Amino acid sequence: MDEHDLVLRNATYREFVELGRAPTAREISRITGSTVDETEASWRRLHEAHALVLQPGTTEIRMANPFSAVPTDHRVNAAGRWWYANCAWDAFGICAALHVDGRIEASCPDCGEILGVEVRDEHPTDASLLFHCLVPASSWWKDIVFT
Amino acid sequence: MNLFRSEEHIEKWLDRREPGATISVTRLSELAHAWWDTRVSAEWRPRTRDENQAILDRLGLTGEFWRLA
Repeated sequence: MDEHDLVLRNATYREFVELGRAPTAREISRITGSTVDETEASWRRLHEAHALVLQPGTTEIRMANPFSAVPTDHRVNAAGRWWYANCAWDAFGICAALHVDGRIEASCPDCGEILGVEVRDEHPTDASLLFHCLVPASSWWKDIVFT
Repeated sequence: MNLFRSEEHIEKWLDRREPGATISVTRLSELAHAWWDTRVSAEWRPRTRDENQAILDRLGLTGEFWRLA
């Protein structure tokens, strides 16, 4: 990842947090002084480097992990906003990335029960819940949306 | 990568599929904070595969299942 892509990447994440949603290529271009084409080319390289995830066949952001740009079953209330996370790991990751406490809400994939847990000083308030990771680490990026 | 109420719910959800790995939500939070801590920092730099593996190892997430590509 060269310095230009790193600057674009960091601006993209900063704007995601500032806006509470995925920024557009035009918005990032305005901030960084790049053209829209340059921003989109940078995002494609960042996608290939697993530094963010684009919607298939587009230059729209799908994931700026741990944040999701699309609604999911994992919601996080943190820093005065509701966020979508890509998975349970990322839900805790949003509190971690923002360095704040928060509340995570997910649903049990088996029975649909809403599972809520607070994060206080990096610790979950309900320690009885379990996390299951189905896909082995070596295959996480083969299909990151499924993972 | 999901949260469950209990092992029983995981088994029902798997429905005879090969299970992955289950850890406590406390360990998950430790993992998330170690993994994502600097994600929106202006000083963020990409980590190497070995640096990522070291985070998993440090938390006791070892063995073939947790071996990164």
